Formats: sequence, C-alpha cells, structure tokens
Amino acid sequence: MLQNSYQVYLTKVLQTRLSERGQTWLHTQLAGLASEKALYLAFSLAPRFTGKELLQLTASELQQASELRPGFNPEGWTTDQAARTLLLLSAPQQDSTQYTALLDKLFSTAGVSELATLYASLPLLPYPESHAKRAAEGVRTTMTSVFDAIALHNPYPHDFLPQEAWNQLVLKAVFNARPLYQIIGLDDRRNEPLARMLLDYAHERWAASRTLTPEVWRLVGPYLTASTLPNVQRLLHSSDALQVQAGTLALAASGLPEARDLLSQFSGLLFPAEDKVVNWRHLGEKAYAA
Amino acid sequence: MRYIDPHVHMISRTTDDYEAMRQAGVVAVIEPAFWMGQPRTQIGSFQDYYSHLIGFERFRASQFGIRHYCTIGLNSKEANNEALAEEVMELLPLFVCKEGVVGVGEIGYDDQTAAEDKYYRLQLELAKEVNLPVQIHTPHRDKKQGTLRSMAVALEHGLDPAMVIVDHNNEETVQAVLDQGFWAAFTIYPHTKMGNERMTEIVKHYGPERIFINSAADWGISDPLAVPKTARLMLERGISPETVEQVTYYNALAAFGQSGQLLETDWLAANPIDQSLKYSGNSILRGGQIPVGEVASDSVIR
Repeated sequence: MLQNSYQVYLTKVLQTRLSERGQTWLHTQLAGLASEKALYLAFSLAPRFTGKELLQLTASELQQASELRPGFNPEGWTTDQAARTLLLLSAPQQDSTQYTALLDKLFSTAGVSELATLYASLPLLPYPESHAKRAAEGVRTTMTSVFDAIALHNPYPHDFLPQEAWNQLVLKAVFNARPLYQIIGLDDRRNEPLARMLLDYAHERWAASRTLTPEVWRLVGPYLTASTLPNVQRLLHSSDALQVQAGTLALAASGLPEARDLLSQFSGLLFPAEDKVVNWRHLGEKAYAA
Repeated sequence: MRYIDPHVHMISRTTDDYEAMRQAGVVAVIEPAFWMGQPRTQIGSFQDYYSHLIGFERFRASQFGIRHYCTIGLNSKEANNEALAEEVMELLPLFVCKEGVVGVGEIGYDDQTAAEDKYYRLQLELAKEVNLPVQIHTPHRDKKQGTLRSMAVALEHGLDPAMVIVDHNNEETVQAVLDQGFWAAFTIYPHTKMGNERMTEIVKHYGPERIFINSAADWGISDPLAVPKTARLMLERGISPETVEQVTYYNALAAFGQSGQLLETDWLAANPIDQSLKYSGNSILRGGQIPVGEVASDSVIR
C-alpha cells in the first residue's frame, strides 16, 4: 500500500531529526492511534515534542520523495509537519467514510499551522478522490500559509481538482500575488476558459493602473487568437523587462503565424523553445524577490 | 518599548487597530474566549469561534507583525445556558491543547448563579489537568465579593495562585488578590473600568510585582492603545522604565508564559511580518498600507 512507503519515508526522515524525547513520544503515539481521541490530541500536541524546525532535506531525500510520488516535494516541511503527516498516515482508515469523518474533525478544529499541514498532506493520504471538495475549500482561504499549502508545491490539485476548481486556484493565486511557478502541473492543465478569465483580469488591472504578474501570460500564450494577440504585443513595449520576457514567452507558446512574425521581430529576446519551462521559472523567481 | 496586551478581543477590532497597535509597539496580544455580544444558541457557534481564534485571527494579527495568542473557555455569561454549557465542556479538550493557547479563560462569575459556579469549577479542574494558567473574569456587578469568591473557589480546587490571573481589578480588589499570591490584571477601559491615572497611583502604591495591565478592547467604546498610552503616562508621572516594563510586558509574559506556548523569541527571533515574499518589491500584505500616525499625545483615559 502506498501509504506504507510514505510512512517509511517520513519515519526515516524524522529519525535523525527528532530529540530522544520527541522520538519516544512519536513512537508511543503511533502505537496508540486506534483511539480517535488519542489521534486528535497527538495531532495538536506534536510541536511540543518535535519542535517546528525546517527538515532541511538532502538532495537525495528530496529525490526519494519525488520517486515515491510524482510532485511530492517536502522541501519546505518542518519537523512537526512531518510528524503530524505520519500520524495521519498511520490513523485508522478502514473505509473512505470513516477516514473522511476523521479528517472532517481535524480540519474543523485546526489552527493555522495544523490546517497548512493537513492541506499539504492531501497528496499522500488514502482515498485520494474523497478529498477533492475539501481541497477546493482550501483554495477559498484568505490565510496565506494555508493557501500556499494547497496551491504551491502540492501535486494534489493538479491530480484531482476538476477544471472549475483548478481555475479558481490559479485565479486566486494571481489575486493574492502567490508565485504561479510554484504550482505543480501548471502547464499541463492550461485551458481556454482560464486563459479568457486571466485576459479579462489583465484588462481590469490595466484599467486600474495596477500591477499584474508577468506569470499570467504563461496561461494565455497557447490560446492567443488574432484578436487577442494585441494584449501580448503590448507587453513587448513595456519598460519592465519581466513583462517583455513574459510577452516573448507567451508568443513562443502560441501557434499563430502572427505570433511567430512578432517574435522574429524581437529576435534578440527570443528564448529557445526547449527552455521555456526554465524561463517561466526564472521569470517567476525574479518577479518574487524575497 | 515593547508591549503585550494580554486581554483584547481582536475579533471585534478593525485592521486600523492592528496597525495602530503595531505602530505603538504592541508585539503580542492575548485574546480571551468570550461571548459575541449576545448569547450563542448552538454548539457550532462555539466551535467556529474557537477555530477563528486559533485560525484566522492569528493570521490577521500576523499580517501586522503582531503575535496572537488566546485563552479558551466557556465564559460566565453563557454558562447560564446549561444544556449548551454541557456541550461546550465536551468541546474544550479539543481546543485547550492547541498551539498558542495560553490559558483557560476567560472564566469566572457574571451574576454568580449556580450554573456559573458549576462551569467555573469544571474548568478549573480542566486547567489543572492540562496544566494551563487560568484567566479569571471578575464580575462587574458585586465585584468585591465576586473576586473574593473566585479566588476562594480556585484555592478550594487546589489551583496554585501563581497559575491564576485575576482580571478587571480595581482599588477595592487589588490588596486581597496580591495578598493571596494571585496575578492582578487591570483593564484600562474608559468610564466603566480602570482609568490610567488611577492605574498609575496603584502601581506607585503597590509596586509592579504581579501586576499587569490590558485594554480588554472589544465591541464597546474601548481603546486598543490603552497599554502603550498607560505606559507613556506612567513614565510621565515619574514611574521608572523598569517598573513600566514589568507592568506592560514582563509580568504578562511570565504569567501566561507558564503555558509554554508564549515565548519572547516568538516575536524577537522571527521576521515579524509573516510574509516571506514580496511581489515586485511591494509587500503582499493586504493593500501594502503605509503605517498610520503615532499615538496621540493626550494619553489620559478616564
């Protein structure tokens, strides 16, 4: 069972990172999880025994994670988060109804950091299809750390959210100035309605003389038409280098002959097609300076 | 100077208040669980309220660089709905062990009914069981008797007075509270509770030991800057900075720090604004506001 391999991975990761007191506590909790009350208590108390330090995973550990489950990236995870996720994986899970009820209780009484842990754990939990509504709910949050937990570095939305909910996630990320390049599977789930909504949003921002993340154009490029092309053309004349780059990347993703023509006029800024994922990443990293 | 406001109902305050508090030097707030201005009628209201305290309100405060903690409990007013109170007793264990919960509170008496007495006692036992400080709301009507009774009952249940904060004190109650080894908290709240000129006199008389102040700012006419304003007044009136720091920061930290969930490093060590990324150089706090003006020069609260 998949959950077993995730448990093994997290156990190993924690072994070298918990104090003796933390190890003993965790071991005892894992043994006593048949009691629901014990699970709820342990889930809450975890940080007092594990601390809240970043795991600081090695390149090898990160590699293992992505091999265990595509998109699983615990790079930003903390010790309490790993322990709490291990508790979730080890909790009683005889059927989807029972497990959902257990999650309902945890989610409905969760503090901010518990919520973030819960959403980040979704790709690893059993009965994956049963969490889709819950994941869509997570997208509605206004708490940044919780939104980031479901939207960024998390393969669950790409794998399981229906298109409308996926589009809302991307829109919300744009609204809240969250880095789109950290959304897993962004290119793979591009779609025309999303491109249309983001184009409308761009018009809204331009009309209000407000900023717009250059990352938006990543979702629009493949859906450009002759009539919407001028939106991207406009970017090429921006004084902001990132907007210009976004414009050229979007043109490169478009199949329109007019787009190709425009690109060749800006050949100095043309990026090779194979590099386009890397370049959207570089662009995102530059747009969001710490 | 840094301040802690250890009793303030931020749920009822706007972001203007958070900004002003931050500007004035408030680094941490403790929000006691209380009522919402009218009695709740469903257990779900309690659950969602407790969730709000440990969830969204904590986040909201962090956007302004303020660390938010809370106490959890069934307040005295709503203890009078016994059927509902029973359900709340079931709910409390789910919340009292959450991160950032620094006490069981605010509990005690309102009218001093039998029901209030019953649920006060049950929660004293809970506080003992989970080893958390107790935050006592002393009644506003029949305060002197109510305060004495609150303390007597706490001692009857074997609470260590050093783990018990008796709040909303005044000139009539403070002596007994200090004599019996409890923490004496004072609420600087216009018209109905303490004024800060009177508070200054109390500190001059009793010294700073086990005394600290709060604003208890809530839905009513109240001042979320009561703590920094009172600090300023005390300094103006010749109280030493060390004493002022005790009364507006260190004592609250010590009292509620006994929970293990309130550490000075929470706000000293961390990046106080809990946003790791800026977009195009702009803070991604809501709106990226320019901080409001400083505390007004008239710092007397009557």
